[in-house]
Amino acid sequence: MINIEQRTDSSAKMVILAPILALTLTAISTMIIFLWASLDVMNAFYVFYIEPLTGKYNLSELLVKAAPLMMIALGLSIGFRAGVWNIGAEGQYIIGAISGGAVGLYYYNVEATWLIPLMAFAAVLGGMGYAGIAAFLRTRFQVNEILVTLMLTYVAILFLSAMVFGPLRNPDGFNFPESRIFHDSATLPIIWQGTRAHIGFIIALLFAGVTWFITKKHMFGMQIKISGSAPRAARFAGFNENKTIWYTLLISGGLAGLAGLFEAAGPVGQLVPHLPVGYGFTAIIVAFLARLHPIGIVFTSLLIALTYMGGENAQITLQLPSSITSVFQGMLLFYFLACNVLIEHKVAFSFNWSK
Amino acid sequence: MDELAIQIILGISVASVPLIFAAIGELVVERSGVLNLGVEGMMIMGAIIGLVVQYHTGSGLLSVIAAMAAGMLMASIFAFLTQLFLTNHVATGLALTLFGLGVAAFIGKNYSDITVTRISALHIPWFSDLPVIGSLVFGYDPLFYLAILMVFLVWWFLFKTKRGLILRAIGDNHDAAHAIGHQVIRYRVLAILFGGGMAGIGGAYLSLVQVPMWVEGMSAGRGWIAIALVVFASWQPFKVIVGALIFGGISILQLHAQAFGVYIPAQYLSMLPYLMTIIVLVSLRIGSKSNTNRTMPNCLGKVFHSTS
Repeated sequence: MINIEQRTDSSAKMVILAPILALTLTAISTMIIFLWASLDVMNAFYVFYIEPLTGKYNLSELLVKAAPLMMIALGLSIGFRAGVWNIGAEGQYIIGAISGGAVGLYYYNVEATWLIPLMAFAAVLGGMGYAGIAAFLRTRFQVNEILVTLMLTYVAILFLSAMVFGPLRNPDGFNFPESRIFHDSATLPIIWQGTRAHIGFIIALLFAGVTWFITKKHMFGMQIKISGSAPRAARFAGFNENKTIWYTLLISGGLAGLAGLFEAAGPVGQLVPHLPVGYGFTAIIVAFLARLHPIGIVFTSLLIALTYMGGENAQITLQLPSSITSVFQGMLLFYFLACNVLIEHKVAFSFNWSK
Repeated sequence: MDELAIQIILGISVASVPLIFAAIGELVVERSGVLNLGVEGMMIMGAIIGLVVQYHTGSGLLSVIAAMAAGMLMASIFAFLTQLFLTNHVATGLALTLFGLGVAAFIGKNYSDITVTRISALHIPWFSDLPVIGSLVFGYDPLFYLAILMVFLVWWFLFKTKRGLILRAIGDNHDAAHAIGHQVIRYRVLAILFGGGMAGIGGAYLSLVQVPMWVEGMSAGRGWIAIALVVFASWQPFKVIVGALIFGGISILQLHAQAFGVYIPAQYLSMLPYLMTIIVLVSLRIGSKSNTNRTMPNCLGKVFHSTS
């Protein structure tokens, strides 16, 4: 029998060991999948895990993919601490891209340095507004935010499609469902010459610092932590539950919206129906792998970006479908959640045959 | 009754079947105090496995059983993690959905250009030939009748049997149920497996009856709508049918809207089922006086850890 016993304090050793164990188990499982797909295991392993870490192109793309994941996950982690489950970051990401992108498209013939900040502002507002719907319905009508944010994600995907087929379609684009290509003033500055790595990564790092400060050093961090772990105590302490819901949803929505714009005005360069690629959902995994710790999120977003790159490489060189990425990401989270039990609990294997 | 009306009613019924399956499974899971947000992932696995087995064997019965098994296999991952390893229900359920969508897309890559034989409607001699009633009551595929039967069975189990009573007691207070000697984990694991099996069949209905082919992400949020349906039904089995018919109705009316001369871009019409889900959840809260939902199982989503 497996005997699980609660620890009095979480084990510091296990905080480090659990993710390593989860990674190892994921690596072993991927090898089994490679074997089953009758691939050269060592080569597949190289393509998936090592190749993304080599060369200018791969490394810069790692930053491109880590930036939106980090930004969204930081916002989500604040809400998850408070027990506010914003699962629809993907939707807020899309609305952010549309509202910020629309500003850029409106000024398509204006060359000015204020344009990108204005677009970013619109994107944050868009993302906040969209998440705000869930906050309003939760605080006013006690409607579960998980379902609302998710349903709104499907609505946002359709709305993006309606926009690029309609009002935001490129008038000179031969009726293709895509917007104009953002001009130079409406495109993010590049931080690594000759690559697509953009300023969004630096901004995401700054947000990681700010989030760390808020959650660890500021009263608000204390408030959301208690609201999440002991709602009754939070109420007695005079913390306003509705305020926590509003703040956490607005923060996560705003960051997701900004991430959406950075993707549109960064590597993609225009509004297209396939702009959302699931970063909003994957960021949930990123946040959990980091155990909701802001600095941890910096590393886990790079790790998950690696699985995206690995998946793309595997698609090109091994002819594996790109969906293998989500398989590995899901598996990693499963193993990680299971290994997490080691942090808060002692696990003993006992064989008591008489029982 | 004219032909169009009959077509619409048939369409609504067919559209609501996957929701009934998935929601009635999740209802039992939630009644036992477990919140499994992996319904979407289990459904899509049922859809692809059902299609693969149908393609290779051509046996409708075998493919439905395989889809059920696929859903249960997915659910067993969830059961293992949440019940044995005490993981957070929300996080594990989300992982299950993401994992399921990925695995299904992975398998489905080789089956994207094929169509399979649709599971056809029953033909009951004489009854199915009756005018109007023949097609509206006796003209469905076997799974349609199974869905209705499952709702009855779940109602009977939950409210008319001792084990159903125990399951509900566990959902309302797992510590008390454990203290008087009930096997909390065992009941919950079985409930989760049942939920997975039902979601799997619901998924198979999409790929074997509604559209007999594979489209990546073809569950399109129905797993999530099913979870909303359980809330809408206030955890009462029969209300699941009412809710499913409403959602089925909206998704069919959206298809027929153009026929009625409604000219708005298709994307806005496709938003209706999702918006409707939100509207229904809100109107439910406006209608009720108390601030909390009284029928909701008290231990829903809480991790159970026995200390003895």
